[in-house]
Amino acid sequence: MSQFSLYAVISMLIFSIGLYGFIAHAHLVRKILAVNIMGSAIFLLLISAARRDPTAPPDPVPHAMVLTGIVVSVSFTAFALALTRRIYAETGQAYLPETEPAISAQKQDIVQK
Amino acid sequence: MRGRANITQLWTRVILVVCSVVFGLGLVWTALALPQEATGLARVVKPRMPESGVTNPVTAVLLNFRGYDTLLEIGVLLLAIIAVWSLRLAPTRTALERFMAETPVLAYLVRLLVPVMLLVAGYLTWIGSSRAGGAFQGGAVVAGAGVLLLLAAMVPLPRRRRLLRSLLVMGFGLFLAVAGGMLLLGNNLLEYPPERAYILILAIETLLTVSIGLTLALLFLGVIPEVAAIQQRREDNV
Amino acid sequence: MDNLGTWIVWPILLPLIAIIPIFLRKRSGAANVSLVTAAAIVLAVAGLARQVLTNGEQSHAVGGWDAPLGIMLHADGLSVFMLMMTAIVGAITSIYAAGYRFQGGGDSGSSSGYFFWPLSMFLWAALNVLFLAADIFNLYIGLELLSLAAVALVTLERKRDATVAGMRYLLASFLGSLAYLLGVALLYTAFGTLDLELLGARIQPDLPTAVAIMLITLGTALKTALFPLHFWLPPAHGSAPTPVSALLSALVVKASFYLLLRLWFEVFPAALTPAIAQMLGLLGAIGILWGSFLALRQHKLKALVAFSTVAQVGYLFLLFPLASTSAGWGVDAWSGGVYHAFAHACAKAAMFMAAGTLAYAIGSDQLDHLAGTFQHYPFSVTALTLAGVSLMGLPPSGGFIGKWLLLNSALASGQWWFALVILTGSLLATGYVTMVLSHILLRPPDAAPIEPRNTRVSFTLEFAALLLALIALGLGLAATPMLALLRIGMPFTGY
Repeated sequence: MSQFSLYAVISMLIFSIGLYGFIAHAHLVRKILAVNIMGSAIFLLLISAARRDPTAPPDPVPHAMVLTGIVVSVSFTAFALALTRRIYAETGQAYLPETEPAISAQKQDIVQK
Repeated sequence: MRGRANITQLWTRVILVVCSVVFGLGLVWTALALPQEATGLARVVKPRMPESGVTNPVTAVLLNFRGYDTLLEIGVLLLAIIAVWSLRLAPTRTALERFMAETPVLAYLVRLLVPVMLLVAGYLTWIGSSRAGGAFQGGAVVAGAGVLLLLAAMVPLPRRRRLLRSLLVMGFGLFLAVAGGMLLLGNNLLEYPPERAYILILAIETLLTVSIGLTLALLFLGVIPEVAAIQQRREDNV
Repeated sequence: MDNLGTWIVWPILLPLIAIIPIFLRKRSGAANVSLVTAAAIVLAVAGLARQVLTNGEQSHAVGGWDAPLGIMLHADGLSVFMLMMTAIVGAITSIYAAGYRFQGGGDSGSSSGYFFWPLSMFLWAALNVLFLAADIFNLYIGLELLSLAAVALVTLERKRDATVAGMRYLLASFLGSLAYLLGVALLYTAFGTLDLELLGARIQPDLPTAVAIMLITLGTALKTALFPLHFWLPPAHGSAPTPVSALLSALVVKASFYLLLRLWFEVFPAALTPAIAQMLGLLGAIGILWGSFLALRQHKLKALVAFSTVAQVGYLFLLFPLASTSAGWGVDAWSGGVYHAFAHACAKAAMFMAAGTLAYAIGSDQLDHLAGTFQHYPFSVTALTLAGVSLMGLPPSGGFIGKWLLLNSALASGQWWFALVILTGSLLATGYVTMVLSHILLRPPDAAPIEPRNTRVSFTLEFAALLLALIALGLGLAATPMLALLRIGMPFTGY
């Protein structure tokens, strides 16, 4: 197995683990983390594909794509976390409402109007 | 995805695990079928490097060959800060944040580190034209310095919105102005004249470093700075 | 010699430029800049349309670098068609939003009324970027820009329902983007190009391609709310502020549909086997029936309109089995689907606006409370009715042309089951539109007389909705030139 194949296979496994985590966890922060893991898996695939020929300099285009992807994923993550803070402020928990886990939902109204 | 809480029942969890494994194996199989030889654009990029204005191929792709993508991506970052502000989060201080603001260790460290970090950021941006580095790397370090300052509560947030917002938008603004300005010269969108490419890229990257750094630090803050500033002063007066 | 007459760049540049002053200003300044920009974009799109009509397809190499090194912009009839749809709905929604009172508080520099403008301008920029893109990674950035702006707009008014719906929308969108990006990564790794045209020429029917197509289709279908991936749409569109509901239902779902259309017909047409086409059509058909059925069961006006979007999105997907069966009727089906997208955009935006105006006026979104509103708000009710006519597909509306073309090709290609679905869908649409109208016009004798809470509704609100409804209706009359425009650069030969 070549070096590229090894990385590609690992990136696919990480992607699937991220997807599993995304579906299996209800806590919003965990979901957001899971999405980031999936994103990192794609970046790993691109970076390893950039240097399939170890004797030549790496392909700069996937590097640029990864950099762009990171900025996009930072932006999404920042907004998602802020939205989680909003949901926490409004409902007192970091879950989507229908998914209420077995905790007593104490409404902490930190939201000031 | 319809979010049935943490899936606790054993059989649903088993089904989910089995599905994930099957999906993962499918992807692995796909990965193994990918071509082993380099198919990418490296060979297309290389002969054009002398016209790009820089010697680092990644910077050439980001700021020149595929500069349009980067322009939009800076747009995504600007959009993110607007989107986060539109949620109008309440300024809150966690116990940890209060502790961080009061501990003398952090204040000392910040005084020591922040100047060095800004120097490193400047270097990273400048070296980006020829080696690994660039506005994003530099901006990330600026953001680190900003987060430290925010944690140590050592920076007074401005009450006036105009100044801070100008700093946030200036990287995007210059990039856009250069992109559109090239039309005036009779060029295509974002088509730098090769002899001016270096200086234009450097100018864009410099402003971008500041804008990216500030944006990321303010994303960490989350609260609209003017609102946080009011809170900050209230606390200072107490 | 300058190059400013290159119209293709302006629909992208103008909204991006406008964001800078909007970001620095407060509410009224932001609204003014947006309205001026909206007018400028309409002109730019008109300029581009003229250029495409006289000179044919337009291309522009950004940075002066041709593909595969650089990124191309490309405008054919379909791009211009979608840009026109966006310009019309975007401009009129901006007028509506200028008169709309957003809830959620804050001063003029940090209120929902302020943040609507930068976010909607980003939304508009993203749509124009998508419709002019000819690069698969550039499409990715456009999609991300679009999704982020759309979600932030949903949560604008800080209502609990909307916040939760926004989170669900964000997660669905996030997942869709990642599936798309993984597909792009696989395609680039396999074929070494991001340009759509080159990719189309190089693509091979192998395993990575099949998986990439599957991932891209799934990701995009999630964003366009194709049944059964539509779960996030009704709460998000139903609970968003009215101008936002209009933008989302009219334009945002169309953007990801456009992406599918481009990719399936121009980049991997060989992969569109009859089985896959039937599958997409089947999901569309179920979406039509299921969405309409649920619309009939709603008690709230905006929720009803939102479920109707699920149904109307279904029609778009009938295009795949009908247009991919080659020969003469393919053109009809393809044009019909796209025409339907345009007509639905105008009609649905008008409907949301009228619904929002009524809900605002009487202080309630319940269908039961609508009785008697016609006397007070005749323009809004008229707009609702006319938009309804287009949704039902009655002549001379734009919806009629779209459905007629789809129906024709369904019969001509012998796929009578889709013809049946189209007719049933129209019948169900008639059902829910009539249901709304009967609540408005027929008043139970024992009902208390209604007292409008805000009798004074800004005329702008009523006018904007009516204008869009009239456009939806008039689209049927403009069919000949519009269909001619669509044929420029159409991915079919021999029509």
